[in-house]
Amino acid sequence: MGKGIFVVTVPDQGTIRKVAFEILSEARKIATAKSEPLCAVIIGKGVAALAGKFAPYGADKVYVVENDLLENYTADGYAKALADLITREQPSIVLAGATVVGKDLMPKVAARINAGMAADCTAIGLDGDAFTVKRYMYSGKMIADVKFQADKVAIATIRPNVLIAAAPDASKSAEVVNVAAEVSAADIRVKVLEVVKGDAGKVDLTEAEVIVSGGRGMKDASGYGILEDLAKVLGATVGASRAAVDAGWRPVSDQVGQTGKVVSANLYIACGISGAIQHYAGMGTSKVIVAINKDGEAPILSKCDYAVIDDLFKVVPPLTEEIRKLKAD
Amino acid sequence: MNSIVCLKQVPDTEAQILATPDGSDVKLDGVKFIISPYDEYGIEEALLQKEKAGGGEVTLVSMGPARAVEAIRTGLAMGADKAVHLDDEAFNGSDAQAAAKALAAQIKGMQYDIIYCGRQAIDDDQSQVGPALAELLGLPHTSLVTKVEVAADKKSVKVNRQIVGGEEILEIPLPCVLTCQKGLNEPRYASLPGIMKAKKKPLQPVKAAEIGIDAGTVGAAGSGTRVVKFTAPPTRTSAKIISGESPEEKAANLAKALREEAKAI
Ligand SMILES: Cc1cc2nc3c(=O)[nH]c(=O)nc-3n(C[C@H](O)[C@H](O)[C@H](O)COP(=O)(O)OP(=O)(O)OC[C@H]3O[C@@H](n4cnc5c(N)ncnc54)[C@H](O)[C@@H]3O)c2cc1C
Ligand SMILES: Nc1ncnc2c1ncn2[C@@H]1O[C@H](COP(=O)(O)O)[C@@H](O)[C@H]1O
Repeated sequence: MGKGIFVVTVPDQGTIRKVAFEILSEARKIATAKSEPLCAVIIGKGVAALAGKFAPYGADKVYVVENDLLENYTADGYAKALADLITREQPSIVLAGATVVGKDLMPKVAARINAGMAADCTAIGLDGDAFTVKRYMYSGKMIADVKFQADKVAIATIRPNVLIAAAPDASKSAEVVNVAAEVSAADIRVKVLEVVKGDAGKVDLTEAEVIVSGGRGMKDASGYGILEDLAKVLGATVGASRAAVDAGWRPVSDQVGQTGKVVSANLYIACGISGAIQHYAGMGTSKVIVAINKDGEAPILSKCDYAVIDDLFKVVPPLTEEIRKLKAD
Repeated sequence: MNSIVCLKQVPDTEAQILATPDGSDVKLDGVKFIISPYDEYGIEEALLQKEKAGGGEVTLVSMGPARAVEAIRTGLAMGADKAVHLDDEAFNGSDAQAAAKALAAQIKGMQYDIIYCGRQAIDDDQSQVGPALAELLGLPHTSLVTKVEVAADKKSVKVNRQIVGGEEILEIPLPCVLTCQKGLNEPRYASLPGIMKAKKKPLQPVKAAEIGIDAGTVGAAGSGTRVVKFTAPPTRTSAKIISGESPEEKAANLAKALREEAKAI
């Protein structure tokens, strides 16, 4: 029997990303089915204060892996700290969010310990004793059921916003194990010279629950003003099609699609976006998709849940007002 | 400046991908193939850096079936100098970690300053091979790179990388692995003379045994994961068209539907 189900979190400036709780809630079921402990692993500098956050979501044990050299995320430092812990504790599976950090860190750890790995998974389960995951391939055009082979540690990163976080139970507690990571300055070869944070309050597209996206139909960069207003009342993040990014109206980091970000929102509102296969590949797993498009023949109309066929510049401002009213009720 | 670009041939972004009737595989016959778009950024950057340095070689390394030669030739036509094609039955069924092992075995004996990989291959969408390859070669890496500046002494490189809500500027000693993100550059097209020249550039096929790979460590046998079933994702039943006499009325009806029916706001 394996020695646990690990759920790894790298806090971002003192906060834990929601995906960690989503994964823990789902992994709780697997840990129970396999009679293995569910262990949260938190890595960084000065992160011990966050150790209490995991028990309410079902963690039996919390490993707090610390070292002063882990103040900034570096693949070198974090991979060593995590790989050492995995080698020592021999968990049967290691899960982490498919975030920018998770996608950078986990494949390196997998290579270091010769694990099997699947990235950006949308479900985890068991087939007998073996771990299984579901993940999209061909940019959303196929779902693959993946089975882990028994002879290796399994590693999976999980797409944010797909699994459902359970209601936290504050009465639960977990054993806390402090681990002093053995990382030396020489291990960390990559030097962080500067961190340029954009809009600090902005939720990244990949984790946004609501997204308001604009395409070529926005006409120019200033057209996005009405989307920003709508986003504000919805607590949404603004995204864009490639056409809008290529036109220079929005930064590359806003692009949704096969060669942009893959998002999975509860609500995705596509304004002036035709719905090309490459765009849909990046947002098709969103729960509710709304299209606002003046062309009744636009491909997006066969891929969405609700459609308004009209001029977006006439629809979006009153929509913002209506939602503002509904939210005020 | 010597660079290696890891290039994967993948189905065109426009391609419809269907599962075989038993779901054990995907149907790829008749599908058009391309260089994975992120790998094109790698080729372009390697060429730009070579031009800037005033010399050096750009070598493509690709693992894949016989048809991958087409993508390799396109990369050579863009301007790469030579290519290695890992083409062996032993590689069939490799998952991303096994692919990294095969590429590492090939690259180990080569001479290079920077290895470029794509952020992800747009068929398996793993984003694993770059960081895994770096680890197996004992090299540092950075992913999602949008700018590359080689230091004057050619001992390190300064890169910009995308992070959540912003950007990071890092310094990495060479040799290293970089994974390319959109925004890095605008890949050039292969010119007609480029296509003619590419036909004569060295393209070396390589078998697993030649690079000291034990068949059990790559391919399906060496992979820790296996796809057991492919299914088409659920399609949306046709959209509900929101009615209304005016844009304002449609907006109000949409807000209502999202609130009361979809419970999305
Ligand atoms: C290799 C490759 C990768 C790609 N990757 C991506 C990707 O990651 N993401 C992506 O988005 N695309 C990607 N594309 C591009 C994709 O094929 C489309 O070209 C792109 O998505 C189109 O953007 P759009 O919908 O904004 O523009 P268009 O297709 O031009 O659509 C504009 C829409 O706006 C509507 N419209 C115009 N004015 C109004 C108005 N006043 N009110 C309401 N509606 C209006 C029009 O009816 C139309 O439907 C990729 C293409 C390739 C070849
Ligand atoms: N079979 C392959 N041959 C050459 N390079 C590859 C191969 N598979 C992946 N790569 C490289 O690794 C990157 C990421 O791939 P992946 O981890 O599969 O998403 C690709 O963009 C390529 O640069």
